Amino acid sequence: MALLEIAGISKRFGATAAVDDVSLSIERGAFYALLGPSGCGKTTLLRMIAGLDAPDGGRIVVDGTDVTRLPPYERPVNMMFQSYALFPHMDVARNIAFGLRQERMDGRRIAARVEEMLALVQMAGYERRRPHQLSGGQRQRVALARALAKLPKLLLLDEPLAALDRRLRAETRLELIGIQQRVGITFLVVTHDQEEALSMASRVAVMNRGRLAQTGTPAEIYERPASRFVADFVGEMNLFEGELTAGFNCLALAARSLGRQVPLPPGTKLPEGGAAALAVRPEKMVLSDVRPAGFAIAAAVSSISYLGGGSMIHFTTERGMLLKAYVPGAASDHLRRGMAVWASWPLEAGVVLTQ
Amino acid sequence: MTGLGRIGRLMLIGAPFLWLALFFLLPLLIVVKISLAESKIGIPPYTPLLANGSKGLEWRGTLANYVLIATDSLYLRAYLGSIGNAALATALCLVIGYPIAYAIARSPSVRRQLLLFLVIMPFWTSFLIRVYAWIAILEPQGLLNQLLIALGLVTAPLPLLNNQFSVQLGLVYSYLPFMILPLYGSLSRLDQSLVEAAADLGARPLQAFLGVILPLTLPGIAAGSLLVLIPAAGEFVIPDLLGGPGTLMIGKVLWDEFFNNRDWPVAAAVAVVLVAALALPLLAAQRFLEREHAA
Repeated sequence: MALLEIAGISKRFGATAAVDDVSLSIERGAFYALLGPSGCGKTTLLRMIAGLDAPDGGRIVVDGTDVTRLPPYERPVNMMFQSYALFPHMDVARNIAFGLRQERMDGRRIAARVEEMLALVQMAGYERRRPHQLSGGQRQRVALARALAKLPKLLLLDEPLAALDRRLRAETRLELIGIQQRVGITFLVVTHDQEEALSMASRVAVMNRGRLAQTGTPAEIYERPASRFVADFVGEMNLFEGELTAGFNCLALAARSLGRQVPLPPGTKLPEGGAAALAVRPEKMVLSDVRPAGFAIAAAVSSISYLGGGSMIHFTTERGMLLKAYVPGAASDHLRRGMAVWASWPLEAGVVLTQ
Repeated sequence: MTGLGRIGRLMLIGAPFLWLALFFLLPLLIVVKISLAESKIGIPPYTPLLANGSKGLEWRGTLANYVLIATDSLYLRAYLGSIGNAALATALCLVIGYPIAYAIARSPSVRRQLLLFLVIMPFWTSFLIRVYAWIAILEPQGLLNQLLIALGLVTAPLPLLNNQFSVQLGLVYSYLPFMILPLYGSLSRLDQSLVEAAADLGARPLQAFLGVILPLTLPGIAAGSLLVLIPAAGEFVIPDLLGGPGTLMIGKVLWDEFFNNRDWPVAAAVAVVLVAALALPLLAAQRFLEREHAA
């Protein structure tokens, strides 16, 4: 049985539905990411699981127990707040011990657990520091230790890395994965950063406007987006909008912005005449200065951005559509701005979207 | 500060010092001076501290007034009465004011403005008139007694005026806003996510209040308590108008010495001792607030 079972949860603030009929189930031991743009309702959903907001309808079941009507202090769930919410009048040790004291745990066991938690987040020796004497990264670790100290069944993390600088974020991401594997507690992370979600989580749920757009493994979300929103929000994407038409003994897309037909992946089975979009990742795009055999789009390079590991080439088609291609290495040795190129992609790399 | 220079900086720091010296320290020194003199009939009604004697200028100051205050139990009882009344009023203001301030700080923005406005509104009417209004409410034939009798709750008027009850009521009523406003300031700055974190970590509402909200609003509690305790201890109008024969407060003693006995030196000595007595909790509170601020 799943550790967390959410059924038909909704929450309205005034006239707007922050969370609209969301159902979700999270397996024990998962590192689950809730991904979406700001205002999509992901934080509200997290707060309802913690018991800080009351849902208007639906059920939340943690480990077989319906907690929908339980106050936050009776739920087997702890949360790491985006602002960390460390108690400024307590030192690090008392912050971490706060939850254990509420359980009236014996003093010696509390001290042992605090020491264990500080070692886990590599903050041993900082027991007597106050939060204002710590750096942002250290506060983040203390907040994590405090939320883990009670060994909750489910740990909720609200944008755990958002307040850290870029370098620290990448480091902390790896540490979070390591800590999660060591303690074996189910993590549910809320983030607006798709890179973060894809790199950390074992499963991802993408939210948009209070609804679930797609759930799946990071690879499924990235390789097989279920809708235009997911395709566009997760990573870079080229989207061709158009109508499904009959092509050379197979289905093709009459792409409006190109003014021509684009072949679809072989084996695509959809009714003719419907509206659809073809999504192609920039790294699947192939650019060449001689016309390749088969399908290709004539375009001109409009900009080249060197990103270190590779380059993002922006190019414009004859009809003025802007497309992106990602090529490894520095592209400036064989590509110039204004240069005429032919763009193509392996047909099976495209994804047809109808939603 | 770089463009200001040394003299500019001295002037900037010096201005408030000059202000305090001129309007606080100087009058206080004059009061201290009078408290060391002897009473006499004339203008001014006290003897000079330095006078021409057989060996030129002679020191004529005396501590007799302070000895009188220390030995006559009237004064000690009046001081204790004042501090007792003020402390009780402070405690009541805190107990009544904290939930009010909390409710205001947690209400939506528009309602919050309205509630704050209501807290401040009594200041639009003269303090004296408001205390007189309580006489009209509390006297034997007053509004409250008439209402109680009309409702059949009592048969004879209750003794509500000119006793300990009416003095306490007057003090709490008058000084409650001075408690609510600093508490509101402290509570509205309190990060709500800290309270949520406490609940998330298993703290019931009372435990969250005692463990997180209360300690983090101690500066507001200290500020509000001082703003009530200090003026309430020196209060004269309320015990004079609402108090009875049993009400002994130092403000009234001071008034009597000054206006009825025309004994300026004793009145001045009473004032100096009061200032000294009130400066102690003030200093202690400031120490505490500075430490909190540093943390």
